[in-house]
Amino acid sequence: MSTASQAKGRRSLFDKKIIRRAAIDALVKLSPKTSLKNPVMFVVEVGSVLTTVLLILNRFTHHGHFRFDLQITLWLWFTLLFANFAEAMAEGRGKAQADALRLAKSETTAYLVSKSGAIEEIPSSQLRADDIVRVIAGQMIPGDGEVIEGVASVDESAITGESAPVIREAGGDRSAVTGGTRVLSDQITVRITSNPGETFLDRMIALVEGAERQKTPNEIALNILLAGLTIIFLLAVVTLQPFAIYAGAPQTVFVLISLLVCLIPTTIGGLLSAIGIAGMDRLVQHNVLATSGRAVEAAGDVNTLLLDKTGTITIGNRQASEFVTAPGVSNDQLADAAQLSSLADETPEGRSIVVLAKQQYGLRGRELAHLNAEFIPFSATTRMSGIEVDAIGQATPARSIRKGAVDAIAAYLLAHGSKLPDAVRDSVDTISRSGGTPLVVTENGRALGVIHLKDVVKGGMRERFDQLRAMGIRTVMITGDNPLTAAAIAREAGVDDFLAEAKPKDKMDLIKREQADGKLVAMTGDGTNDAPALAQADVGVAMNSGTQAAKEAGNMVDLDSNPTKLIEIVAIGKQLLMTRGALTTFSIANDIAKYFAIIPAMFAGVFPVLNKLNIMHLHNPESAILSAVIFNALIIVALIPLALRGVSYRPMSAAALLQRNLLVYGLGGIIAPFAGIKLIDMLITTLHLA
Amino acid sequence: MSLNGWLQIALFIALILLLAKPMGSYMTRVFERRRTWLDPVLVPCERLLYRLTGVVPTEEMRWTQYALTMLIFSAATLVLTYVVERLQLLLPLNPQHLAAVAPDLALNTAISFTTNTNWQAYTPETTMSYLTQMLGLATHNFWSAAVGLALAIAFIRGIARREMKTLGNFWVDLTRGTLWILLPISVVFALALVSQGVIQNLNPYTTATLVEPQHITTTGADGKPITTTVTTQTIAQGPVASQEAIKMLGTNGGGFFNANSAHPFENPTPLTNFLQLLSIFLIPAGLTATLGQMVGSPRHGWAILAAMTLLWFVGVFTCYWAESQPNPLLHNIDQQHSLTQPGGNMEGKEVRFGIASSALFATVTTDASCGAVNSMHDSFTPLGGMVPLVNILLGEIVFGGVGAGLYGMLVFVVISVFIAGLMVGRTPEYLGKKVESYDVQMAMLYLLIFPLLILGFAAVTVLMPNLGLSSLANHGPHGLSEILYAYASATGNNGSAFMGLNANTHWYNYSLGIAMFVGRFMMIIPMLALAGNLAGKKIVPETAGTFPVTTPLFTILLTSVIVIVGALTFFPALSLGPILEHLLLHAGNTF
Repeated sequence: MSTASQAKGRRSLFDKKIIRRAAIDALVKLSPKTSLKNPVMFVVEVGSVLTTVLLILNRFTHHGHFRFDLQITLWLWFTLLFANFAEAMAEGRGKAQADALRLAKSETTAYLVSKSGAIEEIPSSQLRADDIVRVIAGQMIPGDGEVIEGVASVDESAITGESAPVIREAGGDRSAVTGGTRVLSDQITVRITSNPGETFLDRMIALVEGAERQKTPNEIALNILLAGLTIIFLLAVVTLQPFAIYAGAPQTVFVLISLLVCLIPTTIGGLLSAIGIAGMDRLVQHNVLATSGRAVEAAGDVNTLLLDKTGTITIGNRQASEFVTAPGVSNDQLADAAQLSSLADETPEGRSIVVLAKQQYGLRGRELAHLNAEFIPFSATTRMSGIEVDAIGQATPARSIRKGAVDAIAAYLLAHGSKLPDAVRDSVDTISRSGGTPLVVTENGRALGVIHLKDVVKGGMRERFDQLRAMGIRTVMITGDNPLTAAAIAREAGVDDFLAEAKPKDKMDLIKREQADGKLVAMTGDGTNDAPALAQADVGVAMNSGTQAAKEAGNMVDLDSNPTKLIEIVAIGKQLLMTRGALTTFSIANDIAKYFAIIPAMFAGVFPVLNKLNIMHLHNPESAILSAVIFNALIIVALIPLALRGVSYRPMSAAALLQRNLLVYGLGGIIAPFAGIKLIDMLITTLHLA
Repeated sequence: MSLNGWLQIALFIALILLLAKPMGSYMTRVFERRRTWLDPVLVPCERLLYRLTGVVPTEEMRWTQYALTMLIFSAATLVLTYVVERLQLLLPLNPQHLAAVAPDLALNTAISFTTNTNWQAYTPETTMSYLTQMLGLATHNFWSAAVGLALAIAFIRGIARREMKTLGNFWVDLTRGTLWILLPISVVFALALVSQGVIQNLNPYTTATLVEPQHITTTGADGKPITTTVTTQTIAQGPVASQEAIKMLGTNGGGFFNANSAHPFENPTPLTNFLQLLSIFLIPAGLTATLGQMVGSPRHGWAILAAMTLLWFVGVFTCYWAESQPNPLLHNIDQQHSLTQPGGNMEGKEVRFGIASSALFATVTTDASCGAVNSMHDSFTPLGGMVPLVNILLGEIVFGGVGAGLYGMLVFVVISVFIAGLMVGRTPEYLGKKVESYDVQMAMLYLLIFPLLILGFAAVTVLMPNLGLSSLANHGPHGLSEILYAYASATGNNGSAFMGLNANTHWYNYSLGIAMFVGRFMMIIPMLALAGNLAGKKIVPETAGTFPVTTPLFTILLTSVIVIVGALTFFPALSLGPILEHLLLHAGNTF
């Protein structure tokens, strides 16, 4: 599993292996079939071919200025190679990840259970959907499927990178298993749910490799803008030659193509696909798998986040925080009864009561076996749990202890001829209002007091919700609690709104309502009953531990099954869009400086007065044009790290973000090339290249 | 530059900014069919018109239907004008017995007035009869402006509407724009002009005897000089005031006389000049307020008006500054502004208007797609003359033509929002409407047609010595400016001429005709397609994460995008035209 965890870990941006592979891929990508997909770079390629042909022709006919023409031609090819390299780098990083995943996909033996019950050994690659297989401890699960019988602990680190084993069992929300993971204990029977080549792992590999990569809607729109700009600049350059002829200063093809390549948005054109691939890659590094790039973009657009209370906003389970006694009952009495009734209670709440009794009152755990007691488990009809301690053979009298929700206990007491004291009822209300869950404890028909079960809000949630609000995202807490409790927790956590006593249908209605207002909704879910809502939401993140149905319905799967990650997913989506916008703005802003380098250089020979426009004081016309072309090529390389990492992102309002990014990438984009071109000009003048 | 000049300019823009909101609110009421104080008179007229034409005013149109109806209407009125021009000798109201207009010129002129361009390749007083002027040309001044208004309102509806397929009813928008907005203001404005001395009659031309006979020497066919003595002058007459009002208000610009607003019968006093300036910007400025009101974000309207005002100011400052500079070729001559002389460059300018008013007029008429002139742009300094050219090349969106300026500006808004909108980490949104690939496609198509026509035609023209260059009065960079200006003016539907170019030739009449036609209608179609697509979208509610389109930052962004896109497209051509001419002038060369 070491390889898989390596894949998860942060790779250095410039891994030598990846660079080497990317350099080769950059050459392969010169094939017109590939470059046609990118109109901007295709124009560069056509230009490069044209100058190359002309360079050779001129060599034979002794025309042109070979040293200059050769350098221009070479740098045009470099521009193209750099752009290809950027894309190959991004793909290479994905491929490295895919290779690691492939190791987990190695062929295993599947134990196929035939209808008659006989077991047959077949290679895992021959498994089809609806085949039944048996997997025992130590074996690899041969394909994606659903546990239909048994319970087992499974090591899923090959997929998640998380080394702690997880429990997978038939029925319920933890029934899905993934091919390539290993059963550590026990044995399970699995119904295979996918055909060869369509498994989760296959999809994941295809995704990170970029093999299935389709352009996202936003990328298509941006490509249209870039193609449009390219045509406009093509027009400006093509018509410049007649004007130049009219002015008596016709230009060489090399100079015109240089101008064209400098003007068309090669920076963003060259980095666009790398940005998209890298965005997907960042998501995978966060252990989130998206079914499409579209989902990642939608994450950036989300207006409303639906967050389940339990596990997302609060720590998974309620914990006992306090014992509130009824009048005339001592603390020890209540604690003792509470502890006793919870000893056999294996629920997290039950355990937390035992822990509280030990911490606050020094009550040690007792062995039920010594007590001659009978544990009464919680049932849906009584809505109580408790314990009956027999008096026979004991120094103590018989005890009948019950704990449960206030209504259930009140009814229970009434049946035993007593009443819930008002003081206890008051405590119950106080606890409810504060967002806690009250559990009333009775012994032998008498109310002893209340256990305060408290929802513990995870640390730092309030700050995160504040950040989301600054970004214009509304958070809605979804909970099965009553409105009173829900309101209290919502207040404590700082969410914008809550949906109490939520049933799956309520969740669905809420999503539809928000969408009708034009909002985009994101949610997480794991159960089968979440599936319709996950499908309806614009961004539906299914937990990997969830059911197959949930995973199929959502458009992302979180391999760590961490519902809080929705917030990171939104950030990744936003960062992806921002990186595209920033580099587009930068690319267009760059053109101003290039004009001031190239236009005077083109015409200063015939009209020396135009040197006044040479505000950078570039050495001579050839060095000026060369500098602009070189800058244009090198800036692509210089921005590869930015394209792969994404622009830095901190949550803030759109207005503040716009101001910051316009300053950095807009104004910066205008100024940077002036300095860059001047520097390159000084360098090539020193080296006597022009 | 003088304080007096700047005060005029300041007063002008202050009044425009003051009038924008009331004008905009009135137009909102008109197009949303709410009550106005003119209803008692106009509603019966409107009903009668609908009954006569069979228009069902409540019938809504999709963008395709809206576009088709607009095209049919324009084509029909184009044919009407062509026929009137060709038959004018047979028709009444032709006291000078002017001959039928030549086919290429008649077509060019019909296109020119239908497209709100008012490019005039002819001398009106010797070419067009009174009937042609009134029935063939002045009617288009109303219609083409009303079409522009209707289109702008359709575009605004596209932004404002939520999940709807339609943009309104073209006939209703056309009728209400004409009856409620253009006609009443024109009537009042024409009367104001008459009070200042603008003529309004159907008389034959007057002949006056010159106080001092003129001797004119020309070279005859045999190469010998011939001297003729001129003792009389023909003074053209006509129904000028009625046409003058709508010429300015509708940003048409086609003069009743060749001298346009420099002619004393069209523009006699500084007051009429000021009123004419105001009337050019009145509706375009008001439309920004209409936009704000109809989309429910008045501050967005103001942000756009601010961007327009900013670009206007840069233009007028540059032009006024350039025209106030002493001519570098006149050494040892006092060219400073003083009480006794205007200083600077007075060539081609009317003495009664002076430099400030001429520079302001040149800027305003080209910011908007008006094209009326009160001075000869050809005689401006290279940089001063570059201002009107650049204004047109930016797409005439600085206030812009009636309607056309606003929808042109809104296409730039869509592009700006798309480029910068990604930087806030969301799919770009414009007032809650997501800007997607179809929208970008249509917006880019709109932006592309413009340089394609201007640069394409200009490039072909400079390569043709006989058809293209022989019409030039000046060569070198100034000649290039003249050709660029002609195609920019035609494509942008401005209609002002730089002069110095004889455009009444087959090549220019046809090529400029195509430029005008395509520049108007082929840009309207993608614009309406964009509007129709926007209308069908949901509106995403505004949050802190929404791209701000109401802030000063947005104004700066929008202005930058306009300038950068415009500059990047046309800078190479301009560098060989006015920029080179300016640099050469200071090195002692003229053209």
